[in-house]
Amino acid sequence: MTTMHSPALEAPARPRRRWPKPTLLIGLALLLVLIFAALFPRVLAPFSPTDFDYEALLKGPSAKHPFGTDNFGRDVLSRVIYGTRVDMQIAIFTTLFPFIFGTLLGALTGYLGRWSDAIVGRIADLVVVFPFLVLVIAIVAVLGPGLTNMYIAVSAVGWVSYWRLTRGEVMNQKKAEYAQAGKVLGYSPSRILLRHLLPNAVTPAIVYLMTDMSLGILLGASLGYLGLGAQPPTPEWGVMVADGKNFMATAWWISTFPGLALTLAGVTFSLIGDGLADALRPRA
Amino acid sequence: MHASYVIRRLLQIIPTFLAVMLVVFLLVRLLPGDPASAILGDRATAEIVERTNRELGLDKPLPVQFGVFVRNFLQGDLGDSISLKIPVIRLIGERLPTTLFLTVYAAVLGVLMAVPLAVLAAVRRNTWVDALIRAVFQVGLSLPVFYVALQLLSLLGARLGWFPIGGYGEGFGGHLYHLFLPALTLGLNLAAILVRTLRNSIIEVLTAEYVDFARAKGLRSRVIMTRHVLRNALIATVTLLGLNIGALIGGAVITETVFAIPGVGRLMVDAIFGRDYPVIQGLTLTFAIIVSLVFLITDLIHARLDPRAELT
Repeated sequence: MTTMHSPALEAPARPRRRWPKPTLLIGLALLLVLIFAALFPRVLAPFSPTDFDYEALLKGPSAKHPFGTDNFGRDVLSRVIYGTRVDMQIAIFTTLFPFIFGTLLGALTGYLGRWSDAIVGRIADLVVVFPFLVLVIAIVAVLGPGLTNMYIAVSAVGWVSYWRLTRGEVMNQKKAEYAQAGKVLGYSPSRILLRHLLPNAVTPAIVYLMTDMSLGILLGASLGYLGLGAQPPTPEWGVMVADGKNFMATAWWISTFPGLALTLAGVTFSLIGDGLADALRPRA
Repeated sequence: MHASYVIRRLLQIIPTFLAVMLVVFLLVRLLPGDPASAILGDRATAEIVERTNRELGLDKPLPVQFGVFVRNFLQGDLGDSISLKIPVIRLIGERLPTTLFLTVYAAVLGVLMAVPLAVLAAVRRNTWVDALIRAVFQVGLSLPVFYVALQLLSLLGARLGWFPIGGYGEGFGGHLYHLFLPALTLGLNLAAILVRTLRNSIIEVLTAEYVDFARAKGLRSRVIMTRHVLRNALIATVTLLGLNIGALIGGAVITETVFAIPGVGRLMVDAIFGRDYPVIQGLTLTFAIIVSLVFLITDLIHARLDPRAELT
């Protein structure tokens, strides 16, 4: 376009339609597979995840058992598929409560500022001084091993990142014209905060949620591996890697396939996180 | 670096330590039932439980107990291990050097992997080299530490026999050799965390105006790389290393468990299964103190390398 024109009179340029990057699409496709496996493991799995078969102990990958069998004759493929449900549950519950709590708290203290912000800030500084894994396993040690206690422990620690992200964003947004306009119109602070500021300020937290889900799966699997998370015979991927650790030399498949499933799930969430960060980034 | 900044930063550590102690103190009080029963087990008689409570000072009000806890800590007394019957402070003193060796070793390997690759990715940004480096480390970030540890152990340790499959070894060379696989495991994890942020911060420098200016005034690119780009990459690396010390310690807990290394990480896991609460308490405290000291050192180094940091 070569004609001169006044930008002020021009209709706001429609944002150029950007196709999501292939990484985001790959991530979403993988997520669909994981969700399907988590919801309908029976459809995909050829065997039960917990039935012993003493006729087929420690058998290598074959047509009948593509991922082999473990030392109880359980089909590793079926256990990996059923494990999707457990590990997806871990991804959701290790992040959902920290997300909700951290985001709301961040919106509140970012909006109110002053002492509420200072107090929560001190607490957040304190929480990050403890290595995440150490604090979580210390809490689990006190409460007792198991998934529920792990969720409690992670929630006590994991809210800080969401709080930081949302707080910073709300502090920026509250200076914006639309927030001031709401004030002038006489809207109540809670309406401005929940209906206007929060929807605009929650983007970084949502992007981080995806990354955090991959961290949550890793954490859950690590605790499972150490014996502090899901308890056997639950087909949880970390537990399965631990089950196979003594057979690495003779039956590598027992640990290797659940570990690959873990990696795949981690990559899925980080691809989606990156893709979302890219797609939701405000365009200049 | 101004003295006032250093003093202010040093003074900040005191309330942090006190708060850390309070958290650790309260953590063990979260135990269902009273700690003495938890320590002694179900079969202890009421009389023994009461006596233990008195011996441990658990019959006094909480603030008094906390005062005693802080006083004991200042005197270097963290209580005795229940299972090993020796002072927790001695136990930690014996095991901590191993873990420090491992984490420093891992940090060195991690930086040696991350910095050159991040520079390469930044210089060749948006080419296939960059894409490959980023993809590899993206997958690396999703690899669980215990899984990498187990695979390296089984492949390079057990199958090929290149490295020992556990233990700490004798002397500096022995430590280097014995801890190579664990340090590599942790280093790979650290490198995966570092590469991406480093790459972006190097790109920021490479495209900054002062680098354009340096080019325009005819400085050789080698000079630009060392004086501007690497210097800033160094600042970013120090900050990132400091921020990720917690992840490194968490990784050490897992790695030491997989490789059977007699450090504090493995001690922590053993203590949890032995319900050895004084040890768990002492270790949690130690880790938090290490992290806050590393944060302090990072801030001071950062302030030395980048004078603007004092203002925040």
